[in-house]
Amino acid sequence: MVVASKEGTVKIVQGNGACVEGALIAGCRFYAGYPITPSSEIAEEMARRLPLLGGICLQMEDELASINALAGASWGGWKAMTATSGPGFCLMQEGIGMAASMETPCVIVNVQRGGPGSGQSTAPAQGDVFQARYGSNGDYPMISLAPSDAQEFFDLTIRAFNLSEKFRTPVTILADEMVGHTRESIYIPPVEEIEIINRKYPTVPKDKFLTYMPDPDDLVPPMPAFNDGYRCVVTSQVHTEGGWRADGAQAAKLIQRLIDKVERQIDYITDVESQWIDDADMAVISYGAPMRSAIRAVIDARERGMKVGWMKLRTLWPFPAKQVQEVAQQVKWILVPEMNVGRMVLEVERVAHGACEVIPVPKFGGRCHTPGDIFKPIKETYR
Amino acid sequence: MALKTVTAINIYSDICKGCGICVDACKFGVFEMSTERGKQGYLLPKVVRLENCTKCELCELSCPDIAIEVIGG
Amino acid sequence: MHTLAKKIMREDQFPMVFCPGCGDGTITHLVGIAIDELGIIDDVCTVGGVGCSGWLASIFNVDFFKAIHGRTLPVAIALKLTRPSRKVLVFTGDGDCAAIGGNHFLHACHKNIDLTVVMINNQIYGMTGGQVAPTTPLGSTTPTSPYGKIEPALDLCKVAEAAGASFVSRWTTAHPKQLLRTLKKAIMHPGLAYVEVITQCPVQSGRYVHGSGDPVHLLKWIRENSLTKTQMEKLSPEERAGKMLIGDFLEEIRPEFTAKTYQFMAEVQASKKASVDLGR
Repeated sequence: MVVASKEGTVKIVQGNGACVEGALIAGCRFYAGYPITPSSEIAEEMARRLPLLGGICLQMEDELASINALAGASWGGWKAMTATSGPGFCLMQEGIGMAASMETPCVIVNVQRGGPGSGQSTAPAQGDVFQARYGSNGDYPMISLAPSDAQEFFDLTIRAFNLSEKFRTPVTILADEMVGHTRESIYIPPVEEIEIINRKYPTVPKDKFLTYMPDPDDLVPPMPAFNDGYRCVVTSQVHTEGGWRADGAQAAKLIQRLIDKVERQIDYITDVESQWIDDADMAVISYGAPMRSAIRAVIDARERGMKVGWMKLRTLWPFPAKQVQEVAQQVKWILVPEMNVGRMVLEVERVAHGACEVIPVPKFGGRCHTPGDIFKPIKETYR
Repeated sequence: MALKTVTAINIYSDICKGCGICVDACKFGVFEMSTERGKQGYLLPKVVRLENCTKCELCELSCPDIAIEVIGG
Repeated sequence: MHTLAKKIMREDQFPMVFCPGCGDGTITHLVGIAIDELGIIDDVCTVGGVGCSGWLASIFNVDFFKAIHGRTLPVAIALKLTRPSRKVLVFTGDGDCAAIGGNHFLHACHKNIDLTVVMINNQIYGMTGGQVAPTTPLGSTTPTSPYGKIEPALDLCKVAEAAGASFVSRWTTAHPKQLLRTLKKAIMHPGLAYVEVITQCPVQSGRYVHGSGDPVHLLKWIRENSLTKTQMEKLSPEERAGKMLIGDFLEEIRPEFTAKTYQFMAEVQASKKASVDLGR
């Protein structure tokens, strides 16, 4: 079954379906997950499609099994993915931190739903954005991407796999129920136009190989598969370059390298989209489903002569500090609509550092912002 | 009475932890605990009756440190 | 250094991390002999859990994955499925397998996936200081059961059988020859092979449960209290209390998960349905 063709194709899919298309094109051939609304369509589509491509789709007994299976599959040599929602995401946290420590490429999709607890299974929310960054124990890097529509869910899933392979770190995609379940058309470009990145393979002789010896240029160690003859030492404890348990100084060195590996490449990783910022007095910065209402609200504001621009955060972590800081230094107000009590707005405030007023526009309880919900504070604030 | 003659029983003194299992495992009295200490400071067993060894290998197979090897026979 | 250790083990892991007299090293040796005599080292990879038992996985000179607590089996399942030629050996302990890892154990057995699961049963949580485990005998006083354990010891062989494992055995470190023979069969068995090994733990269960830190005494206790089916049948129910059943309990060829997965994959690809876009 052809996944991508020489000419582009247009498909009408739910966001969840677009995610699967992106994953399969990116080379994902292993899925292990547990059904949870509103992500289950991803598992179901993977179950139908992966065997046709020589891939394996497993429904595991729980999310703990799923994230750990991803680590096994990745060290087995395959690109691996899972999809879940809030409650399952919580269960995966130990495994995500483990994957970050072991530098195991994998992609975890969280189609966020109302929380806390079992929350609202069929309603959108963005309450897990900080959990994605800080949910596991200890210090580790995180890359998180946030699609706001089906096309972005397709594009950013491919990007997630590429970043995961390039930086040898788990990447989380923070979608929400609205993005996951809205059915719209997506454009799948011709195969040759899509960049696919694979993990670096070792070039040293097998008897000289050290599992966690990084290349000095990008701080990323090359990664073979198990049973290729490299006798890898992969342990969840903090480890030396050889892979064995580390002492204090070596542990600190590892943690610092893991952080630097991602933070030093922040310009490459962070990805925002914006419009009408150049002459703006006010900016609306958002991500995910509310972004679409935000753009509509900004258009309405412009039509009424207000100089408002918008910025869409397609990357949440590492936080696009430079891009947001530039906006903060230019405008008088930044509004941050999000489907939670106010989370990414804290990051915006942090990097704005008082340069402008930062106004949260929270909405929670399982309903997404309407354009009016965002236009109202724009109108009330703009002077 | 020995049924096969082994040429040696190696005790790897730098990894032996002096647990004494080999002395007990051997039903033919080949070993005794000595007063010598190995590299890690543990008391070592020593071979006192090699001629009694039947190459049953229970000493070698019971050793928790892979520190005994029965050679030959 | 021992010839076998030089041949197939990591020399820098000697002396091994285990306490003096601990059965873990014994089991390591026997697994090593099995791997060597079967000639499979290039296909072997190991997954170790958290606990003393997990470190067995690190001794062999093969690719090795030290999982987080309780999660060896999902990792092992994925390693097996992504390259069926792999011989995946799982080293887990009573806490790692029967407590936190219980659900994964149930489902790995249920899949009857081709793995060798060596569960090293020292009847206690050794690494963390001797806390009570599901496999600790009834009434035992440990740091977390100071007034005596309320439940009897969990029999994980019965769980394995009930869940669907197709090879189930229990031996001890006091039965090295039988254990070696069983390990060789288990590794080559095409299905989930569960081998439980009762082992002496001089520092923790030795002292807390059996009242002795002497490995020779503990091995004697193991020998006297682990009986085969024939030996058990000669005892009265009162005499059997506290005794452990050892032996090869089950060895059957049944549908195996990896083979079936790849078989389905081939069938789906070959069938006419493959050309139909089944997307919504």
